[in-house]
Amino acid sequence: MLKRTITLAAGAAMLATTAMAADPVKIGFVTTLSKGPAVLGRDMRDAADLAMEHIGARMGGRDVEIIYKDDEINPGIGKKVTDELVQKDRVDFVTGYIWSHVLLASYKSVIGNGPMLISANAGPSQIAGELCNEDFFSTSWQNDQTPEAMGEVLNQLGIKSIYVMAPNYAAGKNMVAGVERTYKGEILGKDFTKWPDQIDFSAELAKARAAKPGAVFVFYPGGAGVQFLKQYSQAGLKETIPLYTVFTVDAISLPVVKDLAVGSLATQMWSPDLDNAANKKFVDGFKAKYGRYPSFYAAQSYDAIMLIKAGVDAVNGDTSDKAGMRAAMKKADFGSVRGAFTYGNNNFPIQNFYLREAIKNDAGEYTVKTVKTVFTAYQDSYHSKCPMN
Amino acid sequence: MNWILLIEQTLNGLQLGLLLFLLAAGLTLVFGIMDLVNLAHGSLYMVGAYFAATFTAWTGSFVLAVVLTLPATLLVGAVVEIVCLRTLYDRDHLDQVLATFGLILFFNELVRLVWGPAGLSVPLPEFLSSSLELAPGLIYPSYRLAIIIASLLAAFFLYWLVARTRIGMLIRAGASNREMVGALGVNIRFLFTIVFGLGAALAGLAGLMAAPISTVEIGMGENVLILAFVVIVIGGIGSIRGAFVSALLIGLIDTVGRAFLPDVIGGFFDDEFADAAAPALASMSIYLLMAVILAFRPEGLFSARNG
Amino acid sequence: MQMIRVGFIGLVMLALAVVPVVANAIDEPFYVSLFTRMLVLAIAASSLNLVLGYGGMVSFGHAAYLGLGSYVVGIGFYHAANDGMDWALNGWLHLALAVVIPGMAALLIGAISLRTRGVYFIMITLAFSQMLYYFFIGLERYGGDDGLSLWYLSDFGDVMDLNDDSQLYYLAYGLLVLVLFTLYRLVNSRFGMVVRGAKSNERRLMAVGFPTYRYRLVAFGISGAICGVAGFLMANQSEFVSTSEMHWVHSGDLIVMVVLGGMGTLFGPVLGAVGFLMLEQYLPELMEGVCHIIGGESCGIAGEYWKMVFGPLLILIVLFARGGIDGLLQGKVGRNV
Repeated sequence: MLKRTITLAAGAAMLATTAMAADPVKIGFVTTLSKGPAVLGRDMRDAADLAMEHIGARMGGRDVEIIYKDDEINPGIGKKVTDELVQKDRVDFVTGYIWSHVLLASYKSVIGNGPMLISANAGPSQIAGELCNEDFFSTSWQNDQTPEAMGEVLNQLGIKSIYVMAPNYAAGKNMVAGVERTYKGEILGKDFTKWPDQIDFSAELAKARAAKPGAVFVFYPGGAGVQFLKQYSQAGLKETIPLYTVFTVDAISLPVVKDLAVGSLATQMWSPDLDNAANKKFVDGFKAKYGRYPSFYAAQSYDAIMLIKAGVDAVNGDTSDKAGMRAAMKKADFGSVRGAFTYGNNNFPIQNFYLREAIKNDAGEYTVKTVKTVFTAYQDSYHSKCPMN
Repeated sequence: MNWILLIEQTLNGLQLGLLLFLLAAGLTLVFGIMDLVNLAHGSLYMVGAYFAATFTAWTGSFVLAVVLTLPATLLVGAVVEIVCLRTLYDRDHLDQVLATFGLILFFNELVRLVWGPAGLSVPLPEFLSSSLELAPGLIYPSYRLAIIIASLLAAFFLYWLVARTRIGMLIRAGASNREMVGALGVNIRFLFTIVFGLGAALAGLAGLMAAPISTVEIGMGENVLILAFVVIVIGGIGSIRGAFVSALLIGLIDTVGRAFLPDVIGGFFDDEFADAAAPALASMSIYLLMAVILAFRPEGLFSARNG
Repeated sequence: MQMIRVGFIGLVMLALAVVPVVANAIDEPFYVSLFTRMLVLAIAASSLNLVLGYGGMVSFGHAAYLGLGSYVVGIGFYHAANDGMDWALNGWLHLALAVVIPGMAALLIGAISLRTRGVYFIMITLAFSQMLYYFFIGLERYGGDDGLSLWYLSDFGDVMDLNDDSQLYYLAYGLLVLVLFTLYRLVNSRFGMVVRGAKSNERRLMAVGFPTYRYRLVAFGISGAICGVAGFLMANQSEFVSTSEMHWVHSGDLIVMVVLGGMGTLFGPVLGAVGFLMLEQYLPELMEGVCHIIGGESCGIAGEYWKMVFGPLLILIVLFARGGIDGLLQGKVGRNV
């Protein structure tokens, strides 16, 4: 036992030494690769692989290696694999992170221990506020921003009343709080449904129908979104009450639910039809390589790799020059697929939010098109709690 | 009180309960007759849903997919029984729990390998994807009605099979005295394989009926598995009648709890508390029910021995 | 065979004693956190072993006590950080409450659950842990489903500093030894005899006049209390508290550890926890390696399917190695217990 342990440990130590000699820039990528949400992880990994292809797997004159780890949607496992990436693989950057709770659990393992942390999806309020750090960057959004944009859309459309549904967990409550913050009409009813294992929404949908709202707003990420959209349509509500969503209708759920989601509206900081060179290269490349549209998870992951490249390029591959990398990354001039944006004091993007409609295009593919810009250069509301400036 | 809403919610509860019954019936059948705790029952439910999705895509017809899925899951169940579970019959429950827990892990990865990580969808035929107006103001999705009818048919079939046929007689006899039936020259091994296959087909049926209203994805069986266990434990393990009653009970309590608890709690406390407490209480309600029932009737409502 | 067994177990305990020293010497701090996890789960599995292995009570809800123990630390931290209640960070207080609260919860749950038998018992313990799971998900104040990140750990003043991985490791090691010693004394006492006797023939014991229900209940309570200690350590090790540790699959993992190591033996659960985490850690790498050897393509993802091997492995252990690792050491194969 003892012998085995030491042999293993010594083997790993030797590996680490050889790795340093070959000297690639190492990026740890923590996402979900098993269970239901594995499909989100696959999109993120595919996008990161595509980014690697586009940059020839080189940054600042050095080779680049990405190590993927599965968090099993479990903060404990996420923290464990993050520890392993930082302490054993000795990566220079850690990125990925779909889930707020996994990111929060892993945050302390990275920050202050050397590597920089780039969230490619989760944006919990704590990290945007009091826990902000110069070694943390986001290529996504702060959780509340997207529903805040949706609340504004509802105001602009003059919708008098809404019915709200979301799963009963922290992100679900954040989403509802976000919409409540900006929406000025009346909220006729709110349902927080069991998470993650509610099979049936009929009870809540019946209440929504009876409340006769001007619109229904929901947040159901991943598989739950597919389920919700189907039941919404089967209940005959699709024709009678317009549906507005955040993080529910995306490139993951659309090919599954198809026509049932067509016409529904959602807010997002990115869309596959945004007109800029980087986005074209990304979306076309992704479609050519994988035969499907990328999701926003993919776009944010692609940007995460590009952001890291901007940092490493600026210091010519000398990843020990963290100040140099931070300064270069903070400029946000790496050519994001969302178009130009800037970083706020808390290193979260100050960016546009768009209203997107789910459509079936001429080629018969299900995708989304941008309807209009809801917010320009929109900053999250927690940045004032962040002590950095 | 809004009566139409109440009727609608009752129908919703019935429909959820009947779906749970299909899942629980297979589980309780296998348990009652072979004395086998099968955690992998949820995996068979998942496999049924994946089959339904694949067959619908191949044939372009949901009805044809139903016809193909049932024998396919029966076959999968029979293979699992022959390869792995057969040796577990004379083991204690702990062994069975562990081995079938292992099966869950295996099936999840197998499905991911075969079908990939992306969820699948089962589109419904036109005549099932709309809503019907049952009474003025009472609009109900036609597919939900189809679930209610199909589940009731399956329940009657099961009753007929167990109570009225020769194979049912053997099943009942095998449940009460395995050795005796074996001694009478009945091939008990074959009988068990058939029963397990039947249970698997029931799980597959539940899976394929749930597929059009839910996401066909990895791990979908684990969530409902626990519910199915709650059903059979409340009903009394091995009792199909008990499973039927408790499935309806749980379906109704769960639905009605979700529908009306927020208002009820909101009537007594402030909104913020109601927002936090109601969903938690609704999620806990069926487990609470189970604990209370077992505290007073440690063998469930209908003990298999006398019902 | 007995010699091999004692030698092996001694070697494991000795090896565990020097992990931080070796890891720091070869500059691989990751192994300290990996092995701390092993020790923590070894304590949890040992507590389950008391009821499962010695008492024959298949509890499918021990993750709940693990979770309760860790929430003691989490809630203490929350009030220290947000309400300025510095005393709420006191490590001794945490440790005491992490014993008392899960212990009381186990007594309460056990009092109802022990009225049932067999599968009903498995399922009612599961039901109670699910109730607690949903309760904590709904407890938004303490993070709900997001959990709580612990920016400060349990504070033991000048005695020790849990921020130092090695000190945390030795605290876990010391507590494990203490737990094992307590369990040893317990199962060999008159009390332990009754609990073990009730497993094989409860009716006879009742006939002789032992109130077996009370004995079993106390054992269940003690088991919950010990599991709470593991929860206390787990919170400090992962610097995070979350409901996902209370999920029923985690209860299943604990049962697997006990059976993998060997039920109803003192050191079985320790071996089981070490073995389980070793498999979790190295099976993916092993599969990747095998994939390369047989010349497969895209071996990088082969390791992600490790549970496809782990599942059947579990079945094989159940079928052919009932005594677990400890049973193998005693040269028992097949169906001996």
